[in-house]
Amino acid sequence: MSEIKDILLNLWTDSGFSLLGQDWRQIVMIAIACVLLYLGIVKKFEPLLLVGIAFGALLTNLPGGGMYHPELWDGIIAHTSGYGDVLLNGGLLDIMYIGVKAGVYPSLIFMGVGAMTDFGPLMANPKSLLLGSAAQLGVYMAFILAVLLGFTGNEAASIGIIGGADGPTAIFLTSKLAPHLLGAIAIAAYSYMALIPLIQPPIMRLLTTEKERKIKMEQLRPVSKAEKIVFPIVVTIFVILLLPSTAPLIGCLMLGNLFRECGVTDRLSDTAQNALMNIVTIFLSLSVGATTVADRFLAPETIKVIILGLTAFAFSTAGGLILGKIMCAATGGKINPLIGSAGVSAVPMAARVSQVEGQKANPSNFLLMHAMGPNVAGVIGSAVAAGFLLAVFG
Amino acid sequence: MEITILQAIGYSILGFAIVFAALIILWGIIAITAKVLGAVVTKKPAEAPAAAAPAAAAPSAPPAPGSAGEVKLFDVPDKQAAMLMAIVADKMQKPLNELRFKSIKEVK
Repeated sequence: MSEIKDILLNLWTDSGFSLLGQDWRQIVMIAIACVLLYLGIVKKFEPLLLVGIAFGALLTNLPGGGMYHPELWDGIIAHTSGYGDVLLNGGLLDIMYIGVKAGVYPSLIFMGVGAMTDFGPLMANPKSLLLGSAAQLGVYMAFILAVLLGFTGNEAASIGIIGGADGPTAIFLTSKLAPHLLGAIAIAAYSYMALIPLIQPPIMRLLTTEKERKIKMEQLRPVSKAEKIVFPIVVTIFVILLLPSTAPLIGCLMLGNLFRECGVTDRLSDTAQNALMNIVTIFLSLSVGATTVADRFLAPETIKVIILGLTAFAFSTAGGLILGKIMCAATGGKINPLIGSAGVSAVPMAARVSQVEGQKANPSNFLLMHAMGPNVAGVIGSAVAAGFLLAVFG
Repeated sequence: MEITILQAIGYSILGFAIVFAALIILWGIIAITAKVLGAVVTKKPAEAPAAAAPAAAAPSAPPAPGSAGEVKLFDVPDKQAAMLMAIVADKMQKPLNELRFKSIKEVK
């Protein structure tokens, strides 16, 4: 009889239920994970990523599972242990996280993004590149504010890149510079990207006049097949020579685009766009979610990251719009400044917002293709901004 | 790496300038590429008509009964032909205007 009692007692002490009572923060994190699942599934906030991130957060905060060990990664950062230790002693999510830490997943996601992106609107109107640059304003404003709030240079750079509105870039940079903030930054970046239709329109209306929003833009010139094939090759050579630290991101983005455009690798383009992208998204989202361990995530820094992330998005939107207004004035009203806000990356959501706001002002206005130029320029711009920050703080 | 607010402002100005410089140079490269490729592409069609001229002199074959445009239809009604072309385009996942159908013939 006492043997059965001992077995039951052991089962209880080994169970997650008894461990759960030892740290209330894990209960809070389980609740947060459930809220994130709700936002992803019911509200459809970037569900492809948020559902995985939320489930990773749930798995990592269920005590006793041993799926993720942050102390193993502390050793890697301090150079006292290596990936071999992770493979030997780590859980499933630790092993998946190697792909984040090594920068493999964000780069592969970029390959898929490249395979899905038509850079034609950018090539037809290369002036869009200026708007893609101006919309990186939020990166640097949030960086300065983060330093003001007491973050280190590495942490501030990782927080600032949320303003690039580019999830893979934010994850890539943060995993290199401030891995302890990865969960908070990834959640902030993807949540705000999902909220772009709510965040951007008030800023767009505030910074533009009714007359400017009504401006109709001329049709874009057709872009030849040869231009589309040469573009990824030229961008790869130039950008990587300028900022070698951007090689994984720009290299994969442009390789994916070359698969799409060259016309002889349709199968590879299809794989990069669909199968590979989906597989990597599962690994990336689960392992990023795993980093939201209660005792590290539930800290004042997380709240600061969330607030700074929103600030970064707002400043980036404003930056694009302000340059859009300047270009509008300089061209005698040929450019609708609303396309400037699309420079924040977040393809194609930000371009759709420009289209919607343009049509509200003038129902016969079609800005989507014009906004796609700054939108894809923003992807390159945020990768360059990340490359710069990595070169300085890496 | 701890940095002061002044350093942060300095890094930000430099970083922002580098993003602008990189993308402005990229703009130049795209413009030059478009010009060069545009010149190559416009040269080719200029040479092409000379070669095409003798072919144009040859008498063209009389269109088969029921032909619609370039497509020769043999015992196939227009509606059915349109449907077949749409199915082929869908299966090949190519826009219809990128495909060339020479003839459609009912196999009896």
